[in-house]
Amino acid sequence: MTETAQQETVEEIDLTAANRVIDKYIDMHGSLMPVLQGIQEAYGYIPEETVHLTAERLNVYASQIYGVLTFYAQFHLQPRGKYIVRVCMGTACHVKGAGRIAETLKDRLGIEHAETTEDVKFTAEYVACIGACGMAPVIMVNDATYGSLTVQKMDDVIKKYQAMD
Amino acid sequence: MAENAEKLKILICTGTGGLASGAAAVGDAFKAEFEKQGVEASVGKRCEVVGTGCRGLCANDVLVDVCVPGQEPVTYDFVTPELVPQIVAEHILAHEPVAKKVAGPYYHKFLEKQQRVIFSRCGTIDAESIEDFISHRGFTGVKKAVTMSQDEVIEEVKKSGLRGRGGGGFPTGVKWSFAKGSPGSEKYLICNADEGDPGAFMDRSVLEGDPYGLIEGMMIGAYAIGCTFAYVYVRAEYPLAIKRLQMAIDTCYELGYLGEKNVLGFPRPLDMRIKAGAGAFVCGEETALMASIEGERGMSRPRPPFPAVRGLWGKPTNINNVETFANVSYIFYNGADWYSSIGTEGTKGTKIFALTGKVKHTGLVEVPAGTTMKEVIYDVCGGILNNRKFKAVQAGGPSGGCLPTEALDAIVDYDSLIKAGAMMGSGGLVVMDETTCMVDIARFFLNFTRAESCGKCIPCRIGLKIMLEILERITQGNGREGDLELLEDMAYDIKKSSLCGLGQTAPNPVLSTLRYFRHEYEAHIKTGECPSHSCKPLLHFEVIEDACKKCGMCPKVCPVGAITWEKGTVAFIDKDICTECTSCYDACRFMAIK
Repeated sequence: MTETAQQETVEEIDLTAANRVIDKYIDMHGSLMPVLQGIQEAYGYIPEETVHLTAERLNVYASQIYGVLTFYAQFHLQPRGKYIVRVCMGTACHVKGAGRIAETLKDRLGIEHAETTEDVKFTAEYVACIGACGMAPVIMVNDATYGSLTVQKMDDVIKKYQAMD
Repeated sequence: MAENAEKLKILICTGTGGLASGAAAVGDAFKAEFEKQGVEASVGKRCEVVGTGCRGLCANDVLVDVCVPGQEPVTYDFVTPELVPQIVAEHILAHEPVAKKVAGPYYHKFLEKQQRVIFSRCGTIDAESIEDFISHRGFTGVKKAVTMSQDEVIEEVKKSGLRGRGGGGFPTGVKWSFAKGSPGSEKYLICNADEGDPGAFMDRSVLEGDPYGLIEGMMIGAYAIGCTFAYVYVRAEYPLAIKRLQMAIDTCYELGYLGEKNVLGFPRPLDMRIKAGAGAFVCGEETALMASIEGERGMSRPRPPFPAVRGLWGKPTNINNVETFANVSYIFYNGADWYSSIGTEGTKGTKIFALTGKVKHTGLVEVPAGTTMKEVIYDVCGGILNNRKFKAVQAGGPSGGCLPTEALDAIVDYDSLIKAGAMMGSGGLVVMDETTCMVDIARFFLNFTRAESCGKCIPCRIGLKIMLEILERITQGNGREGDLELLEDMAYDIKKSSLCGLGQTAPNPVLSTLRYFRHEYEAHIKTGECPSHSCKPLLHFEVIEDACKKCGMCPKVCPVGAITWEKGTVAFIDKDICTECTSCYDACRFMAIK
């Protein structure tokens, strides 16, 4: 994403949703994580402005929030693709060829872990374990799980999503 | 479910495994077919489609039970929506089960050596229905517990011999007595459902299949230690588990089992809340988990003080694993004596394993402690895939170790597994065959623990990185003399000096593979060969002529058409076209590609 495009998104951020999330949790003990999770759910990622808003309203340092955001794998500071492809890298998937699946994804879409395609359609994510080891190797595209993958099957899945809007 | 006993029932496995295989479509197909055939009229009874939790044999999903009143339930596997009309027509309307599609004898063998205690409700009841739960002895355990004194409850758990199922194996009753004995009126109870081990998914199954059972176990624990607020820390990667558990907690609030109404008669009402994790393996470590609930980075701190003395928000806190709490419910249904009659001297009760990797029937298995590894792998799970040779089983996830053939007689028991060089851990078992390179496996686990280290203490943060670099070098064919000794030295130092369980156990996979598979390491270093032909930089992508059985499997799987083969000839790989994707290597049953 180019710099100008990024600035535009920053300017466009509507903080209503973030405020609503903060209102919901503000009185709760240990509210920072649920707030950040809620914001991510609303925006798809954590926009910079919402970090400052959260810092102000919860009375914590922005540096502490960034500490939390960069510590946990699930928080994202950049906009992400419409389709999040989670490639499971658990032990079972590893011995059954997850590396090959990840490489197929890289070959076809040109993205590696935590990268997004230029058209913001796909984001790749290598995750520790989806917990569907019985069907290894496994990937998830958003909420749909695809199991017992081969290079060919993986190709089909990618094509299916490429054809979709 | 007494009033439902007369009804024709279809039970569909709708755990994550089932849903991924298309359980929802199968369910819809049943509903549509019943409507079309007017089954209500012809059978004269209402049909219901119940969403059950995971049955364990995920590899054969979608599993469907057809229960015709007055007959033994029949289980079908690999059910697709296309198959549904046939099942309805032949089995339900004509009372003739579709013999070809009924799950084979392995399904019964899969269940035969198991003793399903914790899983007794999973896959049998509708996980979302509190009525189903109550009709299966639900809440009778906690009702019994509240008639006893707190000390009596703890005594009962001690007597049962239950040890923590999260991996450490600390006696649960003793842990509870510490939390109860700590001064302070405000105490917390936490259920650790942050199942981060790659290759383990038993907690997820309990959460999805029997959420009320877990809540009941937690209620008993909360009563015993005298706490008024309980958290369930669930990893956010389990959306279905979170949804079902939240639904169960909401229902409990509505009916007054939790919250102000307090129908169970707790000394003070109990509140329960889910806390979703955010993807950090180290949060399975109790001190890191508490930091995470408090909204901090999940970093561990030294113990003592133990959580029982100073835990969440500085208050006495008791943390147990999902499986531990699930066990507690059954101790109170059946009594401590019944519980301690199962298992071995040192390990009581059953243990759930998540069996994956190169076995025929991957899935969840619950066996009494004392069963041997061999029985679990060969009898319950049907042995090795593609008739290859067994090489090792990795027990206990990244903190455990790899057991070779010689150690297969080890029994499932905390102490005997540690003696053999592994550990029970959370219960992930990953089976490996001759195509798995043990150096690569050690590298894999270290890569995982290195990435998941919280980075607070130096041995873990820097030590693991250096070890990983050495292993990476070896798998790329650049190993040096002295590497193995260095690895061993570092492994022991890291184990001794790390702050928390993650660092203290992270070198285990390296140590156990060095102990049993040293020759593989040496082959990589000395001759630059990978004996399992698995490390990609050391693969040549050539067909070994003597080993090739001319079966024609490899050209079928090659996605780029780089393999030429004709019937009766040895296959040939064209290196100009080959993208080195390893598809052919994985598919070859005779290890004929190097």
